[in-house]
Amino acid sequence: MSVLIYLIPVALFLGGLGLAAFLWSLKSGQYEDLDGAANRILIDDEEDDLS
Amino acid sequence: MAEVALEKRESLRVDRTHDLGAGCCSGGGLALAAVSTPGDDYTDFVSADPSAFVETDQDGNAMLHMLVENMHCANCIKMIEQTLKSNDAVLDARVNFSTRRLFLRWRSGEAEVGDLVRSVIALGYPLTPYNPEMIRSAAAEENTRLLRALAVAGFAAANVMLLSVSVWAGLFSDDMGPATRDFLHWVSAMIALPAVAYAGQPFFKSALGALRAGRVNMDVPISLAVILAAGMSLAETIQSGLHVYFDASVTLLFFLLIGRYLDNAARSKARSAAERLVMLKAVAATLILPDGSRKTVPVEAVTPGSRVQIMTGDRLPVDGVVAAGQSELDVSLITGESLPTVVNAGDNVFAGTFNLSAPLEVRATKTGDNTLLGDIVRLMEAAEQGRAKYVRLADRIAGYYAPAVHILAAATFVGWWIFAGSWQVALMQAVAVLIITCPCALGLAVPVVQVVASGRLLLKGILVKAADGLERLAEVDVIVFDKTGTLTEGRLDLVNRDDIPEETLNLAARLARNSRHPLAMAVARVGSAVGSHLAVTECPGLGLKAVCSGEEVRLGNREFCSVAALDNSGFPPGPELWLRAGQREAVQFRFKDRLRPGAHAAINKLKSRGYAIEILSGDRTEVVEELATALGVENWRAQQKPEDKVNRLKSLVAKGNKPLMVGDGLNDAPALAAAHVSLSPASAADISQTAADFVFQGRDLLAVPETIYVACVARRLILQNFSLAFLYNAIAIPLAVAGIVTPLIAAIAMSASSLVVCLNSLRLRLERTDVQS
Repeated sequence: MSVLIYLIPVALFLGGLGLAAFLWSLKSGQYEDLDGAANRILIDDEEDDLS
Repeated sequence: MAEVALEKRESLRVDRTHDLGAGCCSGGGLALAAVSTPGDDYTDFVSADPSAFVETDQDGNAMLHMLVENMHCANCIKMIEQTLKSNDAVLDARVNFSTRRLFLRWRSGEAEVGDLVRSVIALGYPLTPYNPEMIRSAAAEENTRLLRALAVAGFAAANVMLLSVSVWAGLFSDDMGPATRDFLHWVSAMIALPAVAYAGQPFFKSALGALRAGRVNMDVPISLAVILAAGMSLAETIQSGLHVYFDASVTLLFFLLIGRYLDNAARSKARSAAERLVMLKAVAATLILPDGSRKTVPVEAVTPGSRVQIMTGDRLPVDGVVAAGQSELDVSLITGESLPTVVNAGDNVFAGTFNLSAPLEVRATKTGDNTLLGDIVRLMEAAEQGRAKYVRLADRIAGYYAPAVHILAAATFVGWWIFAGSWQVALMQAVAVLIITCPCALGLAVPVVQVVASGRLLLKGILVKAADGLERLAEVDVIVFDKTGTLTEGRLDLVNRDDIPEETLNLAARLARNSRHPLAMAVARVGSAVGSHLAVTECPGLGLKAVCSGEEVRLGNREFCSVAALDNSGFPPGPELWLRAGQREAVQFRFKDRLRPGAHAAINKLKSRGYAIEILSGDRTEVVEELATALGVENWRAQQKPEDKVNRLKSLVAKGNKPLMVGDGLNDAPALAAAHVSLSPASAADISQTAADFVFQGRDLLAVPETIYVACVARRLILQNFSLAFLYNAIAIPLAVAGIVTPLIAAIAMSASSLVVCLNSLRLRLERTDVQS
């Protein structure tokens, strides 16, 4: 069972990474305009990008 | 020729749709079809001079916050942002679609604020600048805090559950060594304890607050259960015991935080709707300085005695006396009167009225809260006091539930101590009772239903403003309607269109579209104003005149068009306009305030469901009687002043009825606040919308039965959820008291009951019975 010594920290680290990513996205204001984000996906990129 | 005419008409139509703000979505045209916003709702839109609201950031760039109207889809976002960014001076233009706000930052000096704002308004999106400090961000901060706590609790719950499953598996197969189990317990403790300390704070704080005030709320048993479970599990871990409840304590927090977050999100959405209405009132005023120059300031900076310039199409920011000029004012906000009044120098004017025909110079006498508008707001706030006492269903249940749970846990502790003889075992069983009874499903029962119900109403254009509005609406037994603007459209429409030759109508429309007078606007709405632009002169209180193909054309009242007092036989007296072209016979235009679409159907539907219907109107007796008879309402009162309306509602409440008030005017606002629950159309006065618990968009009155229907279904679902939660408790509590519960059973029971409650709430979404059909 000594493998747990590695596996649990690895699992926690990955989970912690997800948590950190979420907290970062929260802090950078990505949850402030949820309806807008849903709509912005429909907006085409700048036209000169399409050329 | 025909083609040219058609082209002209086409270009005009585009023009007009831009006026309505419907120019958006021209690419897709998807969203607009669903939105029934009559353009007239925007004609009294408050626009303010933006330069008074421009701020400067630390780099010297200019910043402006604005509210945007009429945004419907992605195309709107794109149009607004691209139009602004096409100006080289603009550094940042960002639309927040959820809150309908626009933030603009540009290099000051390189662009004129008026030009930037106008470019967006020209697209059909009215803008109102606001002062960002006016918005209290407390609700948004609370939301972020809850979301962060939710993330931490979710992370901890997932990981602890993973470890717990291994422990349970080990217990079943009976081959896990005590060392491994202890190791897993210790890791769980290291994750769970900090998570509980952080994510439990919203509950701990609220529980402490309640205890300090000598009350018990739902958060007391929650906090107690979570803290005891975590503490006892730590003690068990130290003694290398078999059962620990780390998973239960964090999962409990996680589930409850979901409920709390949804509840808070619904409430902050309601609050932002109210804030928006307050912000729309932030009007700039143009001061006339002693040296004759003009200066634009926020309305708070106007002092009594200063002279204020009121342009045509402005709302008056202050109460005052007309110093110079003659014009017509739309006073419908204050009195409900649909025809404008003429004011001359020396007349008193009131804040909130709307200047229709010519610029005015007003000497301010009262400002801010001292205005007549402020008085009505105070009357409304006084009426609101009575309603603040309403206790929500969940809190009422908590009042009985929390003490019952605590007594049960204490009894379990005492019982086990006596029979088992060991206080550690007794404590363990008591904690198990606390955990198992902890109202996990109860915490989700209300918020989930609320979110689903508000979402469903929002699709129909009905905004839930008060967080407990749905609960109160479901209890209603009497429905009181205002007349003008609620049962009727609140605007005058041409009724004798068929008697007027097309040519005459179009000529009238060409004149009329230059005026904001309600009668002129009614003409402009029906006639197609095709043709060259006319130089129209507006004579306040009389009418409009212009020269067309060499002859003078006049559109106005009898005297203005020199119509002899002719007999009106056969026609009921009412608002009218006359058109005289040259020396030809004058043509009469008659107007009437029409019923809202769906008024008949809505009243019939409500009557068939057994609600008592009443009409309270400030209008004349004959008008109200005619309308009441037409709608089949026996119970009506006419000539009611705002105080009379409040008193009538108070007497209904005193009789034990739960009245719903549906109204729109400023004179209805106190009555809206006095009623058990209230509803307003979106065309209502700002104040009424602030006072109302629900606001419905569009013109169809069927929104009223729809809202009541959804509220009733929501209430039924909430009660079902509570029954489910209690049913679960009825099974689980005896097990817990008997000491059979293990952490595994607790985890399964908790998740299962929460899931059942959520699924039951989602049934509201599936409910296909549509009131409209």
